[in-house]
Amino acid sequence: MVAVRYETAFKLYPYEKVPAQSGAVQRHPVVIVGGGPVGLALALDLGKKGTPALVLDDHDGAGLGSKAICFAKRTLDIASRLGASASMVDKGVVWNVGKVFHGEGNLFKFDLLPESGHRNPAFINLQQPYFERFLVDEIRNAQKAGAPIEIRGRNSVTAMKQFDEYTALDIQTPDGPYHLEAEYLIACDGARSSIRDMMGLSFDGRVFEDNFLIADVKMKADFPTERWFWFEPPFKDSGQSALLHKQPDDIWRIDFQLGWDIDREKELDADRIRARVDAMLSSQAGSVPEYELHWTSIYTFQCRRMETFRHGTVLFAGDSAHQVSPFGARGANSGVQDAENLAWKLDLVLKGLAEDSLLDTYATEREFGADENILNSSRATDFMTPKSNVSKTFRNAVLDLAGRHAFARPLVNSGRLSVPCTYDGFDLFGPDTLAGPDITRPGATCPDAPVDEGYLLDHLSGAFHILNIGDGTAISVTSEGITADVINIAAPSSELSARYLGDEPCAVYLIRPDQHVVARWASFDEKAIAAALKNSIGKGAE
Amino acid sequence: MTLILEPNIPDPDGFYDELLCAHEELTDDESEAFNARLILTLCNHIGDREILRAALEAAK
Ligand SMILES: Cc1cc2nc3c(=O)[nH]c(=O)nc-3n(C[C@H](O)[C@H](O)[C@H](O)COP(=O)(O)OP(=O)(O)OC[C@H]3O[C@@H](n4cnc5c(N)ncnc54)[C@H](O)[C@@H]3O)c2cc1C
Repeated sequence: MVAVRYETAFKLYPYEKVPAQSGAVQRHPVVIVGGGPVGLALALDLGKKGTPALVLDDHDGAGLGSKAICFAKRTLDIASRLGASASMVDKGVVWNVGKVFHGEGNLFKFDLLPESGHRNPAFINLQQPYFERFLVDEIRNAQKAGAPIEIRGRNSVTAMKQFDEYTALDIQTPDGPYHLEAEYLIACDGARSSIRDMMGLSFDGRVFEDNFLIADVKMKADFPTERWFWFEPPFKDSGQSALLHKQPDDIWRIDFQLGWDIDREKELDADRIRARVDAMLSSQAGSVPEYELHWTSIYTFQCRRMETFRHGTVLFAGDSAHQVSPFGARGANSGVQDAENLAWKLDLVLKGLAEDSLLDTYATEREFGADENILNSSRATDFMTPKSNVSKTFRNAVLDLAGRHAFARPLVNSGRLSVPCTYDGFDLFGPDTLAGPDITRPGATCPDAPVDEGYLLDHLSGAFHILNIGDGTAISVTSEGITADVINIAAPSSELSARYLGDEPCAVYLIRPDQHVVARWASFDEKAIAAALKNSIGKGAE
Repeated sequence: MTLILEPNIPDPDGFYDELLCAHEELTDDESEAFNARLILTLCNHIGDREILRAALEAAK
């Protein structure tokens, strides 16, 4: 028996019996536990590089219900590299404008002011089940093209034993148990990670003493495609804050911050929820539009992470490793960044091109990323839920001033939207001998820019690359069996110049498979590039 | 720039009077809110994080 813990929105990988369930125990190079956004992105990335990945999930598809809706540009850029972004952007709701209210008053409006010259928008709203479905669609395409990816639905990991060289797993299926072995086990099994529990590892942090009621409602309303956020909303019983945000399929996400001492059972009563939603919608539309409750739930939020994401041959990624409050949309977005950081490193290690110790840098880099996300998310939550009288006084002073004076607006924090971290000062990066723009310094992700009829990131295909801008002389460089090919850009677009040259006439960048800048120079220097490449796969100290 | 801790306000008695006047007729809660707005407004004017940090220290 495999317990069903939740309903699925889409059946994406129905259970199928495989011969391995009765034969001899098989050992796989990579077993990924969990087919959420993170496990799927990792499997797709590995498979496209030709490294076999087996995904085990105890359900057979994407869970129904209110989870992630906000996907950031970096995630879409990663999905583009993996071939899965077109359907996401197509289905998703693109938004740029947000409004912040305090009580009855409209405090101010912000515009994410999309910069020109990016393939992907700053943000889309898309229900998480669609995000997972589009990843699985692309996994199916990749499988057809020969990518060694396998997903086994209704395969629940029930026990594990870790040895030096591998991990042995007990798996339960509708046809009974079987065993398999993993050279590397990647736990992408979510915030309640059973792998983490089985290994007795702690997951410490802060619980925010607050309950958020989330109602996804289906209605045909002509509210604009904007993010509306209220502090101390004026409509009846709406709590400390409220949010209204549009999703595809005429679904709107509504959030109410209810406080700590509530009767959850009572608050989930459909009539009570409808009364709140009625009050909110009628205050905006004048009357209550026709709508149906699509999904409702109450969440409490926490910010916490594992002390380290690597435990020998077991690595943790996504919510299993770190959890943040959703204000700022840093959960799935950062988890997909974990996946892409891990994918190329695992691939090189399994192909014998890098030492196992390269995987240590997965942990250090992504722990740093998690800390940055937790910091941002905690600060947003502290602003929204002041913990003392004085913090409430300052919070309300900020809101009061923000309506009248522009200077206070940047202090208003209803979630700082997810952006990737820059690995400043980390071992695998450098040198930086170009007086170039800050945004493209070593450690940063490459911003997109127009190139010919397309975009720069389309050329950064998941291998190492040398980006040669305005310098005629570059050739590909090989170090330690890894070759970085050259992308020549003789006549850079104005956006590309602004982002990669600044005031410099030409520049040479070395870029990692995850589109982070390794190092940059004012001109091509084969020896220097070879050394930076060697260092970037963890062989620098030899 | 460093934080100025020498006298810097012309007509100190006049200034002090104005500060208290701003609180006249305010309840304790309103005064507290006013002070918070005043601090934020002044901090923004200063802007320099080094000086702000020094001021947070000096006021302890
Ligand atoms: C209300 C809410 C709003 C959110 N909004 C956003 C947002 O706007 N943007 C954003 O980026 N993030 C958001 N998040 C966070 C986001 O949902 C999570 O970060 C994301 O789901 C994490 O993905 P994951 O793949 O790590 O784990 P999960 O999605 O939790 O997937 C884990 C998978 O592992 C499976 N599994 C578990 N145990 C086992 C086992 N023993 N054997 C086999 N399989 C197992 C589970 O069934 C599941 O399929 C939100 C979360 C909530 C609750």
